[in-house]
Parts: sequence; structure tokens; C-alpha cells
Amino acid sequence: MVSLTINGEQHDLDVPDEMPLLWAIRDVVGLTGTKFGCGVAQCGCCTVHVGDGAVRSCITPVSSVAGKSITTIEALGTSEQPHPLQQAWVDEEVPQCGYCQSGQLMAISGLLKKNPHPTDADLAKSITNICRCGTYGRIRKAVARATGGGQQS
Amino acid sequence: MTTLNRADFVRLGSMFSGSLVLGVGASGCANQSRTAPPSSAAPGTRAAFRPNAWLIVHPNEKVTVFVAKSEMGQGVATGMPTIVADELDIPFENVLVEFAPAAAAYNDPDFHIQITGGSTSMLSSWMPLRTAGASARAMLVAAAAKQWGVDASTLTTNAGSVIDNKNNRTATYGSLTGAAASMPVPAKPKLKSREQFTLIGKVDKRIDTPLKVNGTAKYGIDVRVPGMKFASILYPPVFGAKVRSFDASKAKQVKGVIAVVQVPSGVAVVATNSWAAFQGKAALTATYDDGAFANASSESLKAQFLKLASSGTGAIAAVERGSKSVQGTRFEAVYFGQPVAHATMEPMNATASVTSDGVEIWAPTQVQTSAQAYAAKIAGVPLSRVKIHTTYLGGGFGRRLYVDFTNDAVAVSKAIKAPVQVIWTREDDIQHDWYKPMAANAVSAVLDGHGNLVAMRHTVVMDSILKGLGFPLPASGMDPVSMDSVMNSPYEIPNYQAYYINPNSGIPPGSLRAPGANWNGFVMETFLDELAHAATKDPLAFRLALLKKNPRATNVLQRVAKNASWGSPAPGTKHGLAFGFWANTPVATVAEVSMNGTTPRVHRAFVVADVGIAVNPTIVRQQLEGATNYGLSMALASKITIENGAVQQHNFYDFLVLRIDQAPEIHVDVLENAPSPTGIGELGVIPIAPAVANAVFAINGKRARTQPFSDAYPA
Repeated sequence: MVSLTINGEQHDLDVPDEMPLLWAIRDVVGLTGTKFGCGVAQCGCCTVHVGDGAVRSCITPVSSVAGKSITTIEALGTSEQPHPLQQAWVDEEVPQCGYCQSGQLMAISGLLKKNPHPTDADLAKSITNICRCGTYGRIRKAVARATGGGQQS
Repeated sequence: MTTLNRADFVRLGSMFSGSLVLGVGASGCANQSRTAPPSSAAPGTRAAFRPNAWLIVHPNEKVTVFVAKSEMGQGVATGMPTIVADELDIPFENVLVEFAPAAAAYNDPDFHIQITGGSTSMLSSWMPLRTAGASARAMLVAAAAKQWGVDASTLTTNAGSVIDNKNNRTATYGSLTGAAASMPVPAKPKLKSREQFTLIGKVDKRIDTPLKVNGTAKYGIDVRVPGMKFASILYPPVFGAKVRSFDASKAKQVKGVIAVVQVPSGVAVVATNSWAAFQGKAALTATYDDGAFANASSESLKAQFLKLASSGTGAIAAVERGSKSVQGTRFEAVYFGQPVAHATMEPMNATASVTSDGVEIWAPTQVQTSAQAYAAKIAGVPLSRVKIHTTYLGGGFGRRLYVDFTNDAVAVSKAIKAPVQVIWTREDDIQHDWYKPMAANAVSAVLDGHGNLVAMRHTVVMDSILKGLGFPLPASGMDPVSMDSVMNSPYEIPNYQAYYINPNSGIPPGSLRAPGANWNGFVMETFLDELAHAATKDPLAFRLALLKKNPRATNVLQRVAKNASWGSPAPGTKHGLAFGFWANTPVATVAEVSMNGTTPRVHRAFVVADVGIAVNPTIVRQQLEGATNYGLSMALASKITIENGAVQQHNFYDFLVLRIDQAPEIHVDVLENAPSPTGIGELGVIPIAPAVANAVFAINGKRARTQPFSDAYPA
């Protein structure tokens, strides 16, 4: 039995210690906003927050995050009060297929906790999430809009 | 996927699509309902007005629009309702979107099956959707005229109401739903003029964006059905191989694994969650009957392709215009391209429930008709008993035109007698794709004494993309998709010959964003650049001289040159130019490039396309931006290689794709010089790779004869 605190709610799960957090979130708890893309921490679709940090849940065993505060895309903001990045994503019309965007938002919102005004160069250095629709330019614009950062690099 | 399955799929595909294309009732097709089933999401309890398969006007003023195309990011869930709503004359906020079920009413007017591909959604749906909206509007007006006892011609509409200006009264559409239903359907409803559009070209937001920033958009992988299991399938690694035997004893010991069953494509491990299914699969051992392809390697295939290209063995003439022996200065080149995987972000998956009542499928599919037909065949039920629910697609790019993943879900559900989601690992996805085909092209050209291009000969060696899709080839064996950008080249070259050779390599040939053109366009556009330089002419002027009869193409080239300040690249960079053509849309790109060691670095890309009418300007821009990055991704680093008949790449650590650090700034400009919308989804892929390669030549004099560029410009 592993006890996880996801979006402020405690879940006692009968799963193996080594089960990746991604699958506990998606298939056991049933929150499907966090996506599976590669299973080997390459693409970032599965990014969630553990405490203040962005982690790739597909390689994070549940036992390693027991008792810690886990946040998924479903709790990044609310419809009344979206996270500034979520609002900027809407304003800049970032998503196309949208599948990677939960992970993009969680990764970049995690970055903002350490670096509230990332430049384009900071994004290039820190964000390795893959978007096959190629929304990278709009992601840069949306981050700039939300943080007042942008082109300087 | 095994050979037997592939062969079956192809045979079935030819049968169904062939019959459907001819408009003759296929055996399975006869049971297909002509109209869509009632909406499950119809709000309101009073009678709703459903004038046709495309829309329902609800008493609460909301209008459900059925979207018959798959939303894979290209924006159909916004664009198609925009067209209906404009002709119906309602505020866009009143639109509710529902993905259409599989039904003949939703067949594509050109493909004659329900399919999303070829960048054709807007151009093929344009008139049907306008007519559907205008027809409903006319019936609502007729209902109000009857109610008020006036002539319908004295009434107008605005924002979801019928207006009687003379008598100063209005009736909302919602109040007329009951009466409108009994009005005659107009044979030829009056359509708006372009100037009268209130939403087309004006709506510039996407309907699905809010759902895609908070995790609520439901993709195939997010489907949850009561009692469902999760399954992962062990596929034979070699193309065409079959499972001979397997040992499931260790797999069954994995916590969460429920069953291990053989299906036609491989061995399925069924579990209570996806991860347990993956673990179970990893614990399986199997032996295979590999077949002849087990001896194939990239090197052996490359040698075969190059030999075919130079010998011309088996060549089928696609174009033979003018003379084959023109005097002048002759140039020759041979190109070779590697296969590439689609790598949609959402791995292949589908959920199916096979019961005695029939089959229900929830899937991110681009081809509902085929998914339905194969499911009926596999489950042994009539077509009318197969329901298809299309989810959001986490990328498509042509990969989901194939039914391997939906077939697997049906086969596993049938075997375990429970609903199941078959989910692929990324490794399955990379190693069992239908790939952008390997290709070899032999090109030659002649310049006359004035440096004019007077003759060209182009031979394409590429597996048949149409055959892979299950479409029948003409008796000649010609595949116009594999020959795209060569057999339909818009360049006005007086003496021009084009030939097709189908190598039948054994690699599953796939339709990948701008299929055929995404490679052939690279060959044409880099070779033209080479010829322009040989003729000491400006590559822009050289192209314009070959497009004199094509004003739309001329316009995009001139506009992109202006936007990019062609000839005056930013300090430290060089420009490269290329042109492309797809789904009646001309596109041109200028890439601004420098070199980072042996890797091109694209700083900016300027893209111009003439899309006829931009139904949603934001989405058009998104597609051109995204396709540019998709093409650049392939050009820089993506490739699939084969050893012992199997794919050598596994995941994003060895199948390389573009990330934000390499993504250029993309400047898009959209022209609208045609009477209806033309394609937007794919064509941006075509010019970016040759534009970059041409810029690299301007920097260091090196010519790329292959992709990815990591092979073209080795360290």
C-alpha cells in the first residue's frame, strides 16, 4: 500500500512500490490529464509537480513520492483562476493536437518557480519537452506574455 | 503486425475502398446507415430541429454541429462548425461540437469513405457544410413566414433570429425548431457571398484550446469504460514475421496481469493497468517465423534502391512531354532518403468492447469507415453493429489512416470477452509504423546556352504509399502519391519525363504529412537551386521563369522574397529558397541559416501560402508553423534504419526530433487568392528542408543529396 497526496487529496493505493507515478495517476487514481509519451523521461508529456519541482512521472516510482505533495495539470489552475501560463496559452493559441501541452505547462510552470522571467535562451536550455505539432514558437510567445520575459537572450 | 495481417489488411482495404470509391454497395456497406444516429448530447427536452446530418438546432438556441473529420490538431473541430454557423447565421458562441459517428452520411465527397487526410477537409467540406447551414436557415425562415403569414422573401436573419423588419418582430431559432422541421428542404438554398461572411475569416480562436490547457480534452488513451482492461501486444520485430511460439509463464506472474492471449498480430498481455501490461510483455518470450525480410538491412535496401534508380528497371512512365534528347549542358544527380516514423505524441491506442450485441470502438482514428469495416469482419458482426466513437487525436500526420491498432483492440476484446484498451509503448510506435518510405531519385536536366532549363528527367524509386493505405492502384502500377511533386510538378519545363519504380521493399510504406511530396519536393527544389547556380541566375528568378502560367505560385514566391528581404540575409546567415504545392495550395519558404559545426541552425523561416480562403486565420498560421517544424525535424535528424529485418531505433533517444532549442522563429504570411479554401495541413513540410539545404550551399558550397542532414553533412 502506497499513500499518495495528489492535488491535495490522499489516495491509498494497492500498487507495487516500483510502479511509475504516471500509471498510478492515470490508471489507478483515474486522472487522465497527465499523458504518456515515451516511458523513458525523454518527451515530458508526463510532467507533474512533486513539491515545487517538475518531475517526469513516467520514471518516478510511487514509493519515492509517498507522502509528498503531487500536483497534476488538473490542479495547476481553476477555470475561475487559471495559472498565468494557462491563460497565456489560450491568448496565444498555443495548442494544436494538445497532447503534449499538459506536460509543457507543468514543466514551464515548474521552471517559473526557480526562474520567474525565463528568456528564450533559458527555455532552450531548460525545457526539453517534445511537441510534434511544432508549437514551440507560440510557447515562447506565451511564456513571454505570462512573465514579461521574452526575446532577450 | 505480421505479414499475414498486413496482407489481409491490404486486401480488405482494396476491397472496401475500391467498392466505395466506385460507389457500388460493398457487401458490408449495404448495412451502413445513410443518416447519423441521434445525438447523445442533445440538450433540451422540446423537439429539436435536425434538418440534415450536419446539425441540430436546439430549443435553447444552441446548435450542435457534427464534425465528420478527425481533430488531430489541424483545427477541423473549429473550422467546420464555423462554416455551418456562418451560413446558418448564428453567433459562434452558440455552437456545440460533436464528433460524428461512422456513417455513410459523413463520407468524404472525394474519397467516398469517412477519412481525414490529404489536407482536404476544408476544400471538400466547404460546399456541403455551407449548403447544410443555408438549408437549415431557409427552413427556419420559412417556418417564421408561415407563423406570421408573410412571404419568406420579406424576412432576414441575424445572430440566430428570424427578423421581420416591416412588422418589427423577431423569432429566435430556438422558438422555431418545431415548426421548421415540417418545412420542405430547399433544393438549392441561397448561399452568402464572400462579403457577407460574419464568421468565416473572422473567428480566430480555437474551440478546443481551453480543453487542451487544463487536461480535460479526451484522447484515445484517456477513454475509460466500465470493466475495461489494458493490453500491450508483443509484435514480431521483423516486418512480415509471425509468432511461432511463446512462453507466458513469467508474464503471468507479474502483479496485475490477467491473461495472455495470441491475436493475429502478436501476443497480447492483458492487465488491470497499462504498466502491468508493459511489464508482462517484457517478461514474455517468443520465437518467430521471420520470413525473407529478416535478411534485409538499410545498406542492402539502399543498394537495391540505387541500382533501380540508375538502371530504370521496371520504370512506369508518368509524364513524357516533349523530346527525350535535348542538346545543351547536362546535369545529373542521385538522391537517397531514409524512412521516417510519424511519432505522434500520443502512441497508438484504441479501446474496444466486443459483445454479443456488436462492437463499440473508441479511438483516435483518421479512417472511421475502414476501422468499422475491419471490426465487423474481425468480430463477425454486421457493419450496422459496429459503433465508432472518435476521440481527440494526439497527433495524426497520416499515421492513424491505418487500422492496425483498432483491429488489435477488437481482436483482444473478442478474445477476453471484456472491454480493453490496447496501448502501444513508444518502442512499438517507432518500430511498427507505416513509414515515410525510403526513396532513391535519379534526376538529370539540360540548360540551354542562355541558362534556361529546357529538359528534365526524374525517376522516383519509392514503395507505393497508396498500396499501403489499401487503395487500389491503377493497372499500370503507377502511384500518384509516391510520385507527388514529380508527376504533377507545376514547373513549365518544355521537355519533361517522369518515371515511377515500385521497389516493394518490405518496409511498410506509409502516408506521412505531405506523402511523396515531402521527399520528392526536396529533390526537385535542391536540384533546381543547383541548376540556377550553374546558370548563374538568381534562384527566385529561375523559378519564376518556370511558373509564368501560375499567378498564385508567382505571388507566393514574390511575397516570401519580400518578407525575407531575399538577397539580404541577416549578418552571419545565408538564405535558401524553396517552393511547394499541395492540395491546390502553393507555398514558399525562405530559411535564414548559419552553421553550428556541421549542423544547420535555422534562425528564421519565412513562409507564404495562398490558401484561397482562410476560414480561421489563426489555425492556418498554426498549421504552416507546425508543418515547418515537422519538416525541419525530419531534415535535421530523424531516420529509421533496418538491420536483420527490424527497426534499430527505439524511442526519442535514438529517433531524434526537433525540440524548442532548435525551433526557429517562423514568420507566416497568408494570401487568399482562390474562390474556396485550399489545403493547409501538410504543405508547410515540403519547402523547409530544401530551403535549409539551399542556404547551406550558400554558406559552404556543400550539396545535400540525402536526409537527414546529419548524414548529408557528416562531421
